[in-house]
Amino acid sequence: MNPFVPIDTGSGFWNPLIWVIVFIIALLIVYVIRGLGRGDYKKNTGQTKPFLSGNVVENDEQLHVKGGNVYWGFTEAFKGYYDKIKNMHTGDTRDYVLWFLVMMVVFFAVVLGVM
Amino acid sequence: MNSIITHSPALLIAIPLFAAFITPLLSRIHRRARDGFVLIVLAATELLALLLAQDIYANGIRKYVFGATLPSLTHPGTMSIPVRIIFEIDGLSIFMVLISLTIAFVAAIYSSSFFKKEDGLDRYYTLLLLVTVGMVGMELTGDLFNFFVFLEITSIASCALIAFWVDRGESLEAAFKYIVISSIGALFVLMAIGFLYGQYDALNIAALANSIQFTFIDKVALVLLLAALTMKAGIAPMHMWLPDAYGEAPPSVTIAVVAATQASLYGVLRVCFTLYGKGLRLNMAAVGWTLIGLGLLTIFIGVTMALVQRSLTRTIAFAAVGEIGYMVIGAGTALAAGAQNFATVALKGGVFHIFNDVLDIGLLFLVAGAIIYATKERDLNNLGGLAKRMKCTTVFFLIGLLAVAGMPPLNGFASKILIYESTYQLNPIISIIAILSSILLLAIFVKIFYSLFLGPELPHLRDVKEVPKGMLVAMAILATLIIIFGLFPGYVLQTIVDPAVAALSNPTSYINAILGGA
Repeated sequence: MNPFVPIDTGSGFWNPLIWVIVFIIALLIVYVIRGLGRGDYKKNTGQTKPFLSGNVVENDEQLHVKGGNVYWGFTEAFKGYYDKIKNMHTGDTRDYVLWFLVMMVVFFAVVLGVM
Repeated sequence: MNSIITHSPALLIAIPLFAAFITPLLSRIHRRARDGFVLIVLAATELLALLLAQDIYANGIRKYVFGATLPSLTHPGTMSIPVRIIFEIDGLSIFMVLISLTIAFVAAIYSSSFFKKEDGLDRYYTLLLLVTVGMVGMELTGDLFNFFVFLEITSIASCALIAFWVDRGESLEAAFKYIVISSIGALFVLMAIGFLYGQYDALNIAALANSIQFTFIDKVALVLLLAALTMKAGIAPMHMWLPDAYGEAPPSVTIAVVAATQASLYGVLRVCFTLYGKGLRLNMAAVGWTLIGLGLLTIFIGVTMALVQRSLTRTIAFAAVGEIGYMVIGAGTALAAGAQNFATVALKGGVFHIFNDVLDIGLLFLVAGAIIYATKERDLNNLGGLAKRMKCTTVFFLIGLLAVAGMPPLNGFASKILIYESTYQLNPIISIIAILSSILLLAIFVKIFYSLFLGPELPHLRDVKEVPKGMLVAMAILATLIIIFGLFPGYVLQTIVDPAVAALSNPTSYINAILGGA
């Protein structure tokens, strides 16, 4: 059996081997472009340090964006949705059982109503 | 060798079951003897499963009878049916067994290092082996009542494992929720089995599948089985127990519970495609569309809730909820599409994703465990800059995140593309929601990757060291499988997924294997 056989997706195919070859070519192009850059910069000077709009950061820790803040804008934009979905997750076992009963009713409606 | 293969269905249960009760005794001798013994037992069981798989792929469905060898061997005068239990192993059963045993083996390797300084490991390994027995039993048995028994073994042992850290209130609460949900689910499964037994005087899945008439009682039994097993599989909105259980258990337990959840999903597939398989020809499209709706809801809720979690393990747990949705969509599309060509592609994608999900989510949970082990922290806000101190763990997390987000050329993409393309042919909206959710999943894991590994070193994490070798080996096994499944998906599909899909698509062969010869 050929280990490199592609997947037939019904309307196309997927062969990771082609993807890997294209990826390697892309990496080589990136390497070549990188090689065209200037090599005469001074290491460990202001030329290699991040520029933060001229602000002096005394403590490195202040540069770290905490996990809870990364998608703050996204969650704030969908506040209405998140308020509802968080309220749904009460952590109360009785609610878990209630959802089970609700879904059983849905299944009853589907199976007995349609089949 | 032939004798071993002949009795392998029984040995796959007997060996870990026997080992489960030997382990506490070995604990009295030495910790290493116990750990080594568990690893050898699980490796031997995995090897046995591979031999059985080879046999099934070469010779078709295997039947193994406990008790009366022939259906005519009944007790004179008192009983009309023989006392016996039949294990029936087809392509789907052995596919699931391979998943369960691989995960159990990896969990044992990880545990040997992760729990080095903890007490109570004699009971821990007993329970881990019992979970393995339960999962494998659910997947091998051809008897509905036997399925219920193994479901109970899995649930009770999993509950005790989730509560392993008894000094953490959250773990106890998660275990309590898990056992309540599991008991209710099991109760309804038992009730459904009672209805079917009362109607047809049989418990064998093949015999029941052959007899089912789609009466009112049969439909009620179908509803009870579907509701209970989809809840156990963590499908929204019945998923809420899952982040609690996955998030609060030790990581090696979590990956075992992930595999147990997939065993419940196996139950859903077996019920829809085999037990009520003849009904596929009637009208299971409605059930298919319901599963698609629930699958989309599961993906959407899982992914969006993962975005707002602060706990590392709960974030991965919600992502795991979302991943379950993809498998359900695959199965639902296959039911809704009926005889159309893309139904098989959808089912292939769904079934392949079961294995991929266990590997990807499993790896992420093991990495989460490694971070908790090294830093004693699980709050994303208190973590950062770990890449310098935990280089291997960083690479494993990167592999896990790319795989779970469905990035090519890893395994998650291989199964998801089958789901995307087949669902697109049924209804493009399903495919669009699935793809967008996958992109959101990538965004979530990029956030976690950044929070955990990038940025400056935090002062309280300057003494962090890479985790012990045993944990790295466990993560490396899963990462290697992810890469192999990603680079050679066609080979994996042809070898293990296609037989599983063929077993689901053709319930008659499952029925004939029992009724044709026994």
